[in-house]
Amino acid sequence: MPNSPSDDARPPGAARRVKVQRRGPMLVEGPVEVELEDGTTVFSDRFQVALCTCRRSRRFPWCDTSHRARTAGPGDGAAGD
Amino acid sequence: MDYDGEGPRLPTARGPLSAAVGAYLLGTGPLPLPEEVAAATAYGDDLQLALYQCYELHYRGFAGVSPALEWDPGLLGTRAALEERFLAALRAGTTVHDSVEEAVGALLVEPVHGEGVSHFLRDEGELWQLREYAAQRSLYHLKEADPHAWVLPRLWGRAKAAMAAVEFDEYGGGRADRVHARLFADLMTDLGLDTTYGAHLDAASAECLVTVNMMSLFGLHRALRGALVGHFAAVEITSSPGSRRLAEAMRRTGAGPAAERFYDEHVEADAVHEQIVRHEVIDGLLEQEPHLAADVAFGVDATGHVEDLFGARLLADWRAGRSSLRVPLPAPLDRDSGISVIS
Ligand code: FES
Repeated sequence: MPNSPSDDARPPGAARRVKVQRRGPMLVEGPVEVELEDGTTVFSDRFQVALCTCRRSRRFPWCDTSHRARTAGPGDGAAGD
Repeated sequence: MDYDGEGPRLPTARGPLSAAVGAYLLGTGPLPLPEEVAAATAYGDDLQLALYQCYELHYRGFAGVSPALEWDPGLLGTRAALEERFLAALRAGTTVHDSVEEAVGALLVEPVHGEGVSHFLRDEGELWQLREYAAQRSLYHLKEADPHAWVLPRLWGRAKAAMAAVEFDEYGGGRADRVHARLFADLMTDLGLDTTYGAHLDAASAECLVTVNMMSLFGLHRALRGALVGHFAAVEITSSPGSRRLAEAMRRTGAGPAAERFYDEHVEADAVHEQIVRHEVIDGLLEQEPHLAADVAFGVDATGHVEDLFGARLLADWRAGRSSLRVPLPAPLDRDSGISVIS
């Protein structure tokens, strides 16, 4: 229950958990406001936000899966789900 | 008998099975015979449309058809016979990796020189091909995430929580104007397509029906929950890069802002969904039910199998300079007035 104090495992003011992995984005619970190098901010209210750590994303600071390894073979898949 | 007055029109039959199912839905004829089901091609137009008609009763039904037929024992018997043929073909046609890690790992690498449909559309797709692509994909995208919602009661713990979170995002995070099916309808408007649910069923190829029927098959059977989860993971993992290529195709052809937005949104959303489906839904499910691993791998690889068939069909038609649709699209509707204009 959102309003029940006993149900919240994280006491007020406690640390927000961030998930990191060796390859791939950093996962942060949304909403998130990110300040970029030039001082501008961008915002996402997604329930989880994937922040690019490889710096290759074309939609930086959001991950766009550009961190993936590349292979020589052909391939394709569905898009948009 | 009570029947749905509104709703999608029943499709035009493509053979004896789909004709018999259509007639049965209208109460004007008997169900197909088992011999007819046995004689049909599993991935062919007729069997796939017959199955699609059975499944559609679980989504929006058809105009003039009783909603009670959703649980008609005779029709469910026919559906089961169609599904048996379909599932056997999927199992026979799919090369399944030995483990979930290998099946998923194969999707986590990006080809440098991809040759799929999204690569084709990005590099040389023309507006008429994007319209055809969207018309066919609308069979799924206008009910986006619906086939996967059925798995929720079959999951629990962290797999359920994570699956529900991803579905919530698909459904717009509580905002009607952000429901992904809504965003797709907006894309269709940019492309001058009729956004009515079911409007493009007659135009869709058998290979397109196969992709949508597979989701319904996996979603409606608890026994196939592992395959549904594997399928969902495959879609989410491959979606981001594919969506980026399609967003580029929409930009290059000047399709319109909503058309770009649909795929741009999926680049970001699915980069997140992929992480959650892999680490929470799949891992959560297999922690609880490790015996489902082979089904999860099957779901991942079957998705690649049916997407490859659909993609090959589209490219074969387009490279031959043909339309990929069974019936031609009407001239584009004017974005603002809704009136047909000559393109
Ligand atoms: S971490 Fe995913 S694109 Fe950089």
